[in-house]
Amino acid sequence: MTPLAQRAWFWPVVAPIGVGVLLLVGWQAMCDYFEIPPYLFPSPKAIVTAFLDDYPTLLHALWSTLKITFQAFALAVVLGSLTAFIFVQSRVIELSLLPYAVLLQVTPIVAVAPLLIILVKNTPVALTLCATVVAIFPIISNTTIGLRTIDPGLLSYFRMNKVGRAETLIRLRIPSALPFFMAGMRISSGLALIGAVVAEFVAGTGGRSAGLAYEILQSGFQLDIPRMFAALFLITLTGVVLFAAMIGLQQMLLGHWHESALKGET
Amino acid sequence: MNLVLSEPQRAAAAPVAVEPVVEILSAEKIFANGFRGLAPIDLAVGRGEFVSLIGPSGCGKSTLLKLIANLIEPSDGKIMWWRGPFDAVGKAGRQLAFVFQEPTLMPWARVARNVRLPLDFLRLPKAKSEQRVRAALEQVDLLPAARAYPRQLSGGMKMRVSIARAMVTEPDLLLMDEPFGALDEFTRNRLDEDLVRLSWQRHLTTVFVTHSIYEAVFLSSRIVVMAANPGRVFAEFSVDEPYPRDENFRESERFASRCRDLSALLTEASFASRKVGP
Repeated sequence: MTPLAQRAWFWPVVAPIGVGVLLLVGWQAMCDYFEIPPYLFPSPKAIVTAFLDDYPTLLHALWSTLKITFQAFALAVVLGSLTAFIFVQSRVIELSLLPYAVLLQVTPIVAVAPLLIILVKNTPVALTLCATVVAIFPIISNTTIGLRTIDPGLLSYFRMNKVGRAETLIRLRIPSALPFFMAGMRISSGLALIGAVVAEFVAGTGGRSAGLAYEILQSGFQLDIPRMFAALFLITLTGVVLFAAMIGLQQMLLGHWHESALKGET
Repeated sequence: MNLVLSEPQRAAAAPVAVEPVVEILSAEKIFANGFRGLAPIDLAVGRGEFVSLIGPSGCGKSTLLKLIANLIEPSDGKIMWWRGPFDAVGKAGRQLAFVFQEPTLMPWARVARNVRLPLDFLRLPKAKSEQRVRAALEQVDLLPAARAYPRQLSGGMKMRVSIARAMVTEPDLLLMDEPFGALDEFTRNRLDEDLVRLSWQRHLTTVFVTHSIYEAVFLSSRIVVMAANPGRVFAEFSVDEPYPRDENFRESERFASRCRDLSALLTEASFASRKVGP
């Protein structure tokens, strides 16, 4: 059996965890030593206590935010891919629509969100739309590039065999685009979460559909800083899990053939 | 003397005793930018012939091959396949396969699926196509690599996959555009030997573009020497040596003398390819 420290996964897992533990211990020690009051900068212990005191509300808020994030992400993936498919059908379509996609991308969502929330009565729908607007652009641009980046030799091989448009799309264009699409997914998943939180901040909705942003705002008003940190950590954790899931998906789909996902090998 | 010098500007179609597979009738190609890729050419390729196209760069040998593959259309003149138009190509007994300069494989598909691709296009039943894929991989000695991905293979192996993908359709006409140009000489010789054996066993009609004199002499029953400015057939050169050929032929004095003759002819063709006028 290989010693634990020599396994491939050992250092990539243990080293960051070690740093994390060191940081937490140091943080706690600083707070204890300088007796920093929790409303200025809470210690890890205070944050954990705050979370345990109020975890049903916080987890419910997390669930609300997650719902918005996933809906927005799914919508961005579907609409973004469809838009990319339409773009590659003809240059004219792409040239006439791309500026608007860019417009959508460059307008800060914080500025658009209030308008959307006024226009759309149903708040969760408005929040989902905001997050979708943020998340969709990387999918559109990456998938468009991917669908166009095709080995010209393979394309002439398909043409020579008189292969139709639909079959070429399925057998050639989609697999060629997959690495680009995955890169887009990875960026987009993070943006969906950011979009959801920003939209929640702007909407400031409480009650049943209160998200983590609302809990952060509330905690701020009440100077319950440890609770604010607890909510913040939940958001961070969600982002990390989303990112890891995307890496896993990419590994599953591309691991065996594409350079972007290959592990070091001889 | 096996040297048939023809009129440089407009070579008459060589008399072919057997049934012609491809006939090029005064076909010429002028590209959109006005470049005269091919002056009117007459050429016939008979059944079972192995014809190589050789010549200095810009002589239009790849253009001629693409015309035969119907990848591009002639600006004037016409091309016949099995004495008919291209529509009939692809039917039983009239299968065409093309091998590119690069292996052009799908990197996301295993070797076996890459080879099966043309059969998928033909909607062949799965059991039948699997069997033919196995046979094609066996022919190129790659059965053990059936489940590998292209990136795991060497350049020569990838090219053999590409050849298997051409052979799997059981072609009657095989067109190859400098397929071994990027390979080292040792690998190229091996693949040439494989190719000569395969085409002889299967009674293939082959048109092969190459830069290499040795490769052309080793493989071909007839060599078409081309010249540039404008691209045209400069001379034809027949290699009446029996098939199957192997490394013994490559080492023979007859092989060496044929290579010398062809080399002299190519020098003449390069000389005739110089640009005249402004």
